[in-house]
Amino acid sequence: MDASMNNKPKVKIRINSSLILRWLVKLAAFITVGVLASLIIYILIMGIPNLTPDLFAWKYTSDNGSVTPAIINTLIMVVLTLIMAVPIGIGSAIYMVEYAKKGNKLVKVVRITTETLSGIPSIVYGLFGYLCFCVALNLNYSLLAGALTLAIMVLPSIMRTTEEALISVPDSFREGSFGLGAGKLRTVFKVVLPSAIPGILAGVILAIGRIVGETAALIFTAGTVAKVPESVFGSGRTIAVHMYQLFNEGLSMEKGYGTGVVLLVLVLLINGLSNLVGKKLSKDK
Amino acid sequence: MKEKLMNIVFLAAACVSIVMVVLICVFLLGSGIPTIKEIGVFDFLFGKVWRPGNDLYGILPFIVGSIYVTAGAIIVGVPIGILTAVYMAKFCKGKMYKIVKPAINLLAGIPSIVYGFFGLWVIVPIMSELFGGSGKSILTASVLLGIMILPTIINISETSIRAVPESYYEGSLALGATHERSVFKVVLPAAKSGILAGIILGIGRAIGETMALIMVAGNQKIIPDSIFDGVRTLTGNIVMEMGYATDLHREALIATAVVLFVFILIINLLFSVIKARSQKE
Repeated sequence: MDASMNNKPKVKIRINSSLILRWLVKLAAFITVGVLASLIIYILIMGIPNLTPDLFAWKYTSDNGSVTPAIINTLIMVVLTLIMAVPIGIGSAIYMVEYAKKGNKLVKVVRITTETLSGIPSIVYGLFGYLCFCVALNLNYSLLAGALTLAIMVLPSIMRTTEEALISVPDSFREGSFGLGAGKLRTVFKVVLPSAIPGILAGVILAIGRIVGETAALIFTAGTVAKVPESVFGSGRTIAVHMYQLFNEGLSMEKGYGTGVVLLVLVLLINGLSNLVGKKLSKDK
Repeated sequence: MKEKLMNIVFLAAACVSIVMVVLICVFLLGSGIPTIKEIGVFDFLFGKVWRPGNDLYGILPFIVGSIYVTAGAIIVGVPIGILTAVYMAKFCKGKMYKIVKPAINLLAGIPSIVYGFFGLWVIVPIMSELFGGSGKSILTASVLLGIMILPTIINISETSIRAVPESYYEGSLALGATHERSVFKVVLPAAKSGILAGIILGIGRAIGETMALIMVAGNQKIIPDSIFDGVRTLTGNIVMEMGYATDLHREALIATAVVLFVFILIINLLFSVIKARSQKE
């Protein structure tokens, strides 16, 4: 009798703590998603009314605060960076997966260095780019110096996604190709790489997202000039840098809101695209 | 012949990342260490006054600032992050997962400058309303930074929770524990080194964050007394002054980046040690 009396409340407490835990967990997930939703909704609501034709004027003046040159610079920056980072990233991944023998010491060193690279904050990249490309290589503030810096920044993620994509190609593909008499190189380019393309693409899209959103690494490498330069050796600001400059110069809030929407929509598009590719990827398997 | 050539090309590509790490070390350390020597190691790291006009270059306020803000971000971000990861791995039905997972990926993809503006427009006024003052403070920066490190913590925690063998969970259920109790008392402890690795990676992200922070942290160059005071971080100091700095002032900023770099290297090292340990388990 006594024992059962003592037991009852205990059981009750246990059920309650389970209930509390369940609600805590749901609350946390709700906060996470809620923060994202409120961020997107807030910027869209405040920004969309500020999307005036002025904001998209061909030339920037401090009056219209046009984002068009910044958008063009961003496109140039994406293309330049990818031209450098994608071949090196894919080549490096091919070496790591297809060529290096198991237990190769070089592979270990490369792993450590790529992990180091992916942990370095963008402001440190910015200063390195400034010292190495702008000063030592005498490129000054230029799109090229910015793209070189960004290429190093996105290299680890392109390498990692490509490696994963290559690893997930079944060995039977390679064996089949060898069996038909193809050499190693032919097998890699004609059989392995084509089947790894969706995975590689997903990595490249992520890299694009990073380039579009980057600020700290570009301020002191590509500079902050608000027009499209005549060549890649000229300085120009990308859209994220443009947004920072709006804050820095303390110009109008409206321009900030408008630019925020443009940048956010770009990021949403890139993210949606990468989800789409990811879905296709899992369907293929 | 072609095979051999391409083999070398691929090998060269693989070596690029090694070369880059070496280059980064050479350029940063080569420029920073002589500067630190010139200023004096002690005066630089533990000097409380940063006044380039008078050749006073003490970065202690910024080191303290970075540590405070990072600690704050961990306090805000870790509980929410781990609980969200638990939700995703153990409580979430298929449909909800399809909403939550992309949301977290998106959270990771939003540029820090956008977070910065969100903080400036939304969190700063709320804080100012609640606690008075300008609203730009350690507290505000911690909340914003806590949100920004959520994806890092959630993704790594979720992976390590999922890596715990299902038999642990089933064993606990068979002993009569509830679902919640099994998850929190059995599965979570088994995943703890993976989660710890996620937290450390989050610390790395927080300490290196720049653009969002300078917009909400206030950037005062003094060691703060309370969490409602403004603060300047190592990263913030570099961005704010690099634009107009010359000579020793500029060198001192690069030396600040070296200190940051060393912090990050230590954190990276810690991360790989703990990750290796969790993989062994």
